[in-house]
Amino acid sequence: MSEAGEPILEVVDLVKHFPVRVGVLFKHTVGQVRAVDGVSFDLRRGETLGVVGESGCGKSTLAQVLMRLEPPTSGTAKFQGRDIFRMRGSELRKLRRSIQIVLQDPYTSLNPRMTVGDIIGEPFEIHPEVAPKGERATRVRELLEVVGLNPEHINRYPHQFSGGQRQRIGIARALALKPEVIICDEPVSALDVSIQAQVMNLLGDLQNEFGLSYVFIAHDLSVVRHLSDRVAVMYLGKVVEIGTEEEIYTRPTHPYTQALLSAVPVADPTLRGQRQVIRLEGDVPSPVDPPSGCRFRTRCWKAQDICAEEEPELTVRTGGQLSACHFAQEKSVVP
Amino acid sequence: MSAQSIGETEDTGVVPDAPLLEVDDLYVEFRTRDGVAKVLNGVSYHVDAGETLAVLGESGSGKSVTAQAVMGILDEPPAAVTGGEIRYHGEDLLKVSAQRRSDVRAEGIAMIFQDALSALNPVYTVGFQIEEQLRVRLGMSRQEARKRAIALLDLVRIPNAARRVRQYPHEFSGGMRQRAMIAMSLALDPEVLIADEPTTALDVTVQAQIMDLLKEIQTERRMGLILITHDLGVVAEVADRIAVMYAGRIVEYADAVSLYRRPGHPYTAALMESLPRLDLKGHELKTIKGLPPSLLAIPPGCPFHPRCAMAQDRCRTEVPAEYRLGLGRTSRCHFAEEMVGGV
Amino acid sequence: MTDPTIAAQADSGGSYVTALEHADGGGTGKKGKPRSLWSDAWGDLRRRPLFIIASVIILFLIVVAVFPEWFTSADPNHRDLSRSRQTPSSDALFGYDVQGQDIFARAVYGTRWSLLVGVGAAVFTVVIGAVIGLLAGYFGGAVDGFLSRVAEVFFGLPFVLGAIIILNAFRSSGVDSAFALVMMVVFALSLLSWPVAMRIMRSAAISAKQQDYVKAARALGASAWRIIFRHMLPNCLAPILVYATILLGSFIAVEATLSFLGIGLRDPAVSWGVMISDARNYIRVAPHLLLFPAGILTITVLAFVMLGDAVRDALDPKLR
Repeated sequence: MSEAGEPILEVVDLVKHFPVRVGVLFKHTVGQVRAVDGVSFDLRRGETLGVVGESGCGKSTLAQVLMRLEPPTSGTAKFQGRDIFRMRGSELRKLRRSIQIVLQDPYTSLNPRMTVGDIIGEPFEIHPEVAPKGERATRVRELLEVVGLNPEHINRYPHQFSGGQRQRIGIARALALKPEVIICDEPVSALDVSIQAQVMNLLGDLQNEFGLSYVFIAHDLSVVRHLSDRVAVMYLGKVVEIGTEEEIYTRPTHPYTQALLSAVPVADPTLRGQRQVIRLEGDVPSPVDPPSGCRFRTRCWKAQDICAEEEPELTVRTGGQLSACHFAQEKSVVP
Repeated sequence: MSAQSIGETEDTGVVPDAPLLEVDDLYVEFRTRDGVAKVLNGVSYHVDAGETLAVLGESGSGKSVTAQAVMGILDEPPAAVTGGEIRYHGEDLLKVSAQRRSDVRAEGIAMIFQDALSALNPVYTVGFQIEEQLRVRLGMSRQEARKRAIALLDLVRIPNAARRVRQYPHEFSGGMRQRAMIAMSLALDPEVLIADEPTTALDVTVQAQIMDLLKEIQTERRMGLILITHDLGVVAEVADRIAVMYAGRIVEYADAVSLYRRPGHPYTAALMESLPRLDLKGHELKTIKGLPPSLLAIPPGCPFHPRCAMAQDRCRTEVPAEYRLGLGRTSRCHFAEEMVGGV
Repeated sequence: MTDPTIAAQADSGGSYVTALEHADGGGTGKKGKPRSLWSDAWGDLRRRPLFIIASVIILFLIVVAVFPEWFTSADPNHRDLSRSRQTPSSDALFGYDVQGQDIFARAVYGTRWSLLVGVGAAVFTVVIGAVIGLLAGYFGGAVDGFLSRVAEVFFGLPFVLGAIIILNAFRSSGVDSAFALVMMVVFALSLLSWPVAMRIMRSAAISAKQQDYVKAARALGASAWRIIFRHMLPNCLAPILVYATILLGSFIAVEATLSFLGIGLRDPAVSWGVMISDARNYIRVAPHLLLFPAGILTITVLAFVMLGDAVRDALDPKLR
C-alpha cells in the first residue's frame, strides 16, 4: 500500500449524462441528468481509494461506467495505459478478468435459482481459458474457503445463507478471475454492524494477500476511513476534494467535506453537545439543473458572488490535497 | 414498575402515576412454515414523558416487533402475542377493546417509519393525509384542518408549507418526506412517539437535520420518545436510556453514559468494538464470530454464548437472570458484574 | 427494518456457528458432485406426490392418445340412431350420444386430438410469447417498442373473427387429414393468443433484468444469450407456467367453440370439445352426454395444472 505505487487506473474527465426523455411514442429529450460530470482520479496499485458522498452524488454511476455497464458520455479511463472505453471484443473480455465489482445488496446480487457452485463457477464458464473444466469445482471450493465459507456448501442456494455470507459469495465471484482491481459499490452498507466488521476485515485481508486495488464506494464515512488510503469526496457529480485519508479526515478544506464529517454522529455520549456540528440547510439540488459555478454554493455558508460565477478548479489549495473551493481552508471537525 | 393499581378506574383503566408507557415481559411468536420463531422472549421497558429510550439491536433482534406490538399493528397471524402486558398509563392495551386500542393508537402513541415513501399513500396529497386524521378524530372542518396541516408542516420546517400541503409524496425529497411523516404523527398531539429507524434511509447531513428536529419537538412537547435503531452513533447523541436487544431479549439496559463507558454485556461490548470509528484510524476491527441465532432454534442457555468470547460451561446451559448493576442498570450476563466491576 | 419472518428464515440457513448442518432439511450440505438448478429441480420433483400423480395421468392420456384401439373395440364414428341417448351400460361404459355413437369410444379416440390441440397450442403460444417477451424485456428501447406494437396488433384482433378468417383461409386451400386440421387449429389459436404470454414474460424479464445479479453477470462479460437463458429465464418462468396450464384447458374448450362454428375439428377428427358442444342441448334429458367428456377434460386440465404447479415450485429453491 505504498504511496508511490504506479497508477493502475487513470480516470480523466469522466462524464456520464442520462437523457431525461418524455413522450410515449415520439420521445424527445428535455434535459440531462448530470450524474457524473467531469471526474478525474488515479488509482494506484495496491491501494484503496474511498469514494464518499450522499445519495445522488454520482458515486454508483461512476462504478457502473467504470465497469462498462453503462457507456460514458465522454472522458477516458486508462487501465494499465489502455483506454477501457475503446476496448472491444477479446480485449474487453480480458479487461473483465482484470476489473471486477462487488455490489451492495446481498439479496439481489446473487441469482436465487443458481447454486453457490454455479454462481462462483460462472466466471470460469464465461472465461474458460482461466480454468480447465475439470479443475473448476476445486477452484470454487478454494474460493469458498478463501472468503471464509464452508466449501461443502457448494450445492446450497443463496437463500440458505445470511446477508453477510451472501456478501462473501459475491466477493468470491469477484475474486474468481484473479482481478487486479475490484470496485466495491457499498459492499457493507446493507449489513448489520457485527457482520459489517467481518466483511471489512475480509476485504482488508484479501487486499494484502492478493495485492488488490480497491475503489471503495460508500456513504458511511467511518467505513471509508477504516479501509481507505486515499479518499475522494463527491457532490452532485463532481469530486470536491481528494487526498489521503489523513488529509481528508483530519484537515478537510472543502466546506462540504467539513459539513459531511461533522454530521456523522460519534459513538460517545460524553461528547454530546460539545462537538461542533455544521448544519447544512435544505436538500441537494437536482442533478438535472445543477447550480452555476460551484455546485455546493446553494448550501454553503461561505458562498460569495464568485462562487456563482466561476467554477472552482480541483487543485492544490492549502495542505496536500486537491480541493474545489475558492475559499478552501483547513478545519478540523472530527473529535 | 412503580405504583401498582391504587386508583384503578373502571372505564379506562388508567392508573395515575403509572409510567407513561410500559412493556412488561412481552412474548411474541411468529408461526412460520418452518416452525415457530420465538421473536420476543420476555421484553420489558418503559418510557416516561420527556424521556428518550433507545432500543438498539441488529436485524432480527425483535426491536421493531416490540414497537409493532405496542402499536397493535403486528400481522396476526403469523404473529401472536403469547404473554406479557403493554401498559399505557397503567392500562393493559392487550386487554382493552378494539375501539379503545385504536383511540390510544390514534391519540396517545404515534409511530414513524424508516421508509417514509411507502408509509405515505402515493395517491393522496400530503396535506390530505394529515387532514384526514384531524377531521375524523377531532371533527375539524376542511378549512380548519388545512390550516392546522400547514401549521404542522411549518413546525417540521418544510419551506413553503402552504404550497407543499397540496403536493404528493413523490414530489418530496427523502428528508422532506420524513419531515412530513413527523408532522403527520404529531397531528393528534401524542404523548409517546415511536421512531423506527427514522434516519436509516437518509444521508448523514439530512439525518442530522431530522434528529435535531425530533429532539427539539420532543423537548418542547415533553413527549416520550422510543428510538429504534441499529446505529450506535445516533444512540450516543440522543438517548437518555438504552435497551440493547439480542435474539428477542433485552440483554442490557442502562443510561447512555455508563453503557458507552463500560458495557455490561459482552454483546454490547463486542458491537462497540466492531464499529468503525470516524475519529480513530488503524484500530483493528474486532468481529463477533458467527451469526445471530435463528429464532426458530435459539441456543439453550445464554443465546449469545456461541458467539461470546467469555462463554463458560454454565453459559451453555443456564439462561442468565437479569442482574441489577445499580442506577437502574441491568444485564443478562452471568459475568455482568465483572464486566462493569472493573477487573 | 427487515421483516422478522424473512430475517428468521434467512438466519435459519446459517443457524448458529456450530449448527450449520442440522439447519437444512435434506442432505444439501453433503459433499458431492456440484449440482445445478435443473438437476436439483428434477430430484425434487421425483419426490413430490403431486408431480407423480399428474405425470401418471398425463402418461396414461398419452398412451390413450397414441393407441386408442387398445382401450376400446368400438368404432367412434359408428352411428345407430336406435341407441340414441342410451344411458351407460355394460355395452357402452359411458352410454350413447344423440346420434347413437359410443361415448366411451369417442372419448378415447378424442383424446389424441384434444390433447394435441390443447398441449400444442399452449406450448406454441407460450414459446412464441416467452421468446418475444424475453427479447423485448432484455433489449428494451426500439426492439421492445417494435415487438410490443406487433403484439398489440395481434392483441387487438377479435379472437373468434380472427380464427374464422385464418381457418377459412386454410380451409379453402383444401386440407383434409385429421393431423393437418389439428395443426391448423393450433396455429390459429397460438397466433391469436401469444401477445398475453409475451406481456407476462416481458414484465417478468424487465424486473429480472434490473436485478443486481444480471449486473454482476454483465460485469463478468457474460453474453446476452447467457444472461437471457441462464439468469433471466429461470427467474421468469413461474408466472408463464401458471398461465400455460390455464391456457391448456381453455384451448381444449375453445376448440369446441370453433367446431361449433364449423371451422374447428371435424370428422374424422373426434374431440372432447366437439362432444361437449354437441351435448349442450341435452343437459336436462341426458346429462351423461355432457358429464363424461367434461369430466375427462377436467381431469386432464387438473393434471396439467398440478404438473405446472409442481414444476414451478421445484424451480424455486426457496420453496424446497
